[in-house]
Amino acid sequence: MALSERTFAVVGKSVQKIDGLGHVTGRTVYVDNLTFPGMLFTAMHRSPLPHAKILHLDTSRAERLPGVGAVVSYRDVPNNLHGLLTGLGVQADEPLLAEHEVCWVGQPIAAVAAADEDTAREAASLIRVEYEELPAVFDPLESLKEGAPPVRTAYGVYPNYYLYAGQPCRRIRYGDFEAAIQKADHVITGTYRTGPIEHAPLETQVSVAVPESNGRLTVYSTTQALYFTMGLLASLVGLPLSRVRFVGGTVGGGFGGKVDGATEPITGLLALKSGRPVKWRFTREEECLYSSVRGACHLEYTDGVMNDGRIIARKVRSIQDSGAYNRTSPYGVNKNANHVAGPYRIPNVWVDGYCVYTNKQPTSAMRGFGVFEATFAIEVQMDRIARQLGIDPWEIRFRNAYRKGDQTPTREILDSVALIETMQAAAQAAGIELTATQRALSSKEPRA
Amino acid sequence: MKQRGRGIAVLEYPTGMNQGGDPSQAYVKLKPDGTVDLMIGTVELGEGARTVMAQMCAETLGVPYESIVVRNEDTDTSPLDTGTFASRATFMNGNAIRKAASEARKLLLDVAGKELEAAPEDLEVVNGEVRVKGAPERKKRISEIAAAAIYGHNTFIAGSGAFLKPLAPIDEETGAVDAAATVAWGTVIAEVEVDTETGIVTVERMTCAYDVGQAINPALVQGQIEGGAVMGISSALFENLYPYYPSTEHQAARFGELQLITAADVPELRTAIVEEPAPNGPFGAKGVGEMTANAQGAAIVNAIYDAVGVWITELPVTPEKVLRALEAKQQARESAPRG
Amino acid sequence: MSVATTPAAQTELVVSFTLNGRPVQVRTRALDSVLAVLREQLQIGSVRVGCNEGDCGVCTVLLDGEPHRGCLLPAFVAEGREITTVEGLGDVNQLHPLQRAFHEHFASQCGFCTPGMILTAKSLLDRSPAPSREEIVAAISGNLCRCTGYRSIIRAIESVAQQGGR
Repeated sequence: MALSERTFAVVGKSVQKIDGLGHVTGRTVYVDNLTFPGMLFTAMHRSPLPHAKILHLDTSRAERLPGVGAVVSYRDVPNNLHGLLTGLGVQADEPLLAEHEVCWVGQPIAAVAAADEDTAREAASLIRVEYEELPAVFDPLESLKEGAPPVRTAYGVYPNYYLYAGQPCRRIRYGDFEAAIQKADHVITGTYRTGPIEHAPLETQVSVAVPESNGRLTVYSTTQALYFTMGLLASLVGLPLSRVRFVGGTVGGGFGGKVDGATEPITGLLALKSGRPVKWRFTREEECLYSSVRGACHLEYTDGVMNDGRIIARKVRSIQDSGAYNRTSPYGVNKNANHVAGPYRIPNVWVDGYCVYTNKQPTSAMRGFGVFEATFAIEVQMDRIARQLGIDPWEIRFRNAYRKGDQTPTREILDSVALIETMQAAAQAAGIELTATQRALSSKEPRA
Repeated sequence: MKQRGRGIAVLEYPTGMNQGGDPSQAYVKLKPDGTVDLMIGTVELGEGARTVMAQMCAETLGVPYESIVVRNEDTDTSPLDTGTFASRATFMNGNAIRKAASEARKLLLDVAGKELEAAPEDLEVVNGEVRVKGAPERKKRISEIAAAAIYGHNTFIAGSGAFLKPLAPIDEETGAVDAAATVAWGTVIAEVEVDTETGIVTVERMTCAYDVGQAINPALVQGQIEGGAVMGISSALFENLYPYYPSTEHQAARFGELQLITAADVPELRTAIVEEPAPNGPFGAKGVGEMTANAQGAAIVNAIYDAVGVWITELPVTPEKVLRALEAKQQARESAPRG
Repeated sequence: MSVATTPAAQTELVVSFTLNGRPVQVRTRALDSVLAVLREQLQIGSVRVGCNEGDCGVCTVLLDGEPHRGCLLPAFVAEGREITTVEGLGDVNQLHPLQRAFHEHFASQCGFCTPGMILTAKSLLDRSPAPSREEIVAAISGNLCRCTGYRSIIRAIESVAQQGGR
């Protein structure tokens, strides 16, 4: 399908990338290219257990190792308990550095800044922690059950799931599912699951925190959100924004994996404590095992479908595995809930979206947060419905597709709709023959 | 035996953070030679944010793309941007840039009007020159106007712009919320070959069509479509971070265990860009960065069913899952009552 | 004690080699990789850390024209030999045809894998000036890219091959 005929001078043109020459000549400067005089390197001592109380933490042997500039633990963090979504009213639930308990294998406990990476790692290995193991739960379906061991015991925050206005799940109640399902010609159910995924950009997360002579802290960062991470660091270490400066803006791939501030607050703390620039480059192993990842999602569908393929009622139970802490999952569940019924006009929709904790690596945003998971379930369910009713998979989608002016389950009115047009464009590009009726459809016309 | 199948998957994708409340701000200033400094807070991840921001700024001001310098790297000088995620950068920053550049353009035309002795509303900016409409021989280069502004008219040609879709409340009982600034749409078709002896699924061809409202830079949109398609295939067929999920046993700890897709497994790809402008988007643009990687799993699973009649309802698709499903189907057939 | 801190590993060596056409001499420890030496001592910014364990190809350098993972090569292997990085191919005002092609074909998004890809392509075209698409794909199948989906990279390399340029 041809691009629009609207005439612009520059918009709509495939001009060369403004920063492309730096990439092809190797001149582009990424955070790991930066070094500063006296710079220290970071290593983190992490929990080897999925769930345990911390009885005793001893960093003294690490502090005494020659070449170590600073060691930080929960004692050094002015506002240790934090959350990424406190601005949206989500209660803080995660310590920057563990104090009372550890809730996942890899949870950060104490960090070391030393003259080189080998010394930093050696120092981190000299940190001693005494644990009392606690029961751990890994399966979100188990975690949701009555009587499941608590995933987190410290801070008295939340049961094993996030509370949405006191309820165990995000709810969407649109139309009247219970009444409509009685009128359906067919009731078709399906259960789907997407697994955890690591963003795996080629550049790992890196930051360098540099204490400046004027008392400010400059942090060079791979963050996807300079102001967001700056605000996070400032609040964790108790500095006003005016004393913090974030420098970045050139990142070697993100995909949502460079948002959660994995390195910056730590390098910031170590820089403030040691008085020296501190760098932390996540190893590839740390990216895989200890950074935020896309969480697994478990989705259950119950659909009321008419003989002609129209879905008149849809109920979804969606369970997001948040790992040990919130990070951005409560928000992701909202987004998932808003789109879990699909790009289809369904007049009766019931959604229960759960954000569930487990004693695993915390999960967070990744490309298509909530919609990636939903799309898998919706579209496999759609084909299963089509096959069961003997309706062509293209046809069933055309029949249910949103049109301009349709209302969504969140009560939004859609004013710019083009699902049908993308289906027609894809069919044409693939050489698939649609019927004349299908080719003549338009999102701008109300359905027949 | 190798069986072929085809499957489709469609999707919708919202632009901007869910519920809104994610501001972007921009600042534009002209140098004495008329070149333009565009200060934004957006982070460039490789998708081309700096490039499309410069394009939208140039379009609004009427100057060549080459005369824009983009600075986005320092919170001391970059205005606030919420972040490069949620497919929001082009839309949110673009709207802010349009305001900032419009403000600068107004000052430019005010000064130009004095220089050309014409009313600002009778002027147009075309390719680096300010001209009187209908009398194009009466013109001055922007470089002349910019210098005159500083040294003659004591005017700072600059502009600022802010864009915010206010945070929308959620009705906790019903879920009603004005969540998305606009919505984009897409369709993916997967053509696969399933090897029933090994369980290996190969994508032979994939076709993707997306509505992006208005492609600010079609080549960069193409980059998102292709990159997203390949990432989507990788997550559907190759990557298995927790092979025994929910157990963490044998969790992938290196690239070699993550098994990211390489060039060797990229199928033939056909693409199409559809443009259904967003009334509230800059030049009608919608976000594109995320949706291009979301529908591949379902399209592949639907294609597998088309090929061999089994449903793989859990991602990632692995050869083991395919073989077990084929085995279960065979056993069900064998134990089915006859006659 | 980790391997890297054993006395043997601390042995210092002087390694002399040619880097992008210029003779260099560095003092290294026995286990220092070419990647570490280029980055830390010789300020070659284009050779980067993707995984530091040989899986991704981001740190690809040419050793006597052959592509190798810089992270897997101990620096002493470079003794008396020639190492090439993209800095040796061209610069902003004089781009190598591969650099120009990558730029024009949008074959670089975040740019992190780009130097390794370009060097691998150069090595291929030096060996085989008119490669098939299959040969191009095979050559770069050891270089990971998470952004582009590889197709624009293949198109860029093909365009150079078609022009007969190296």
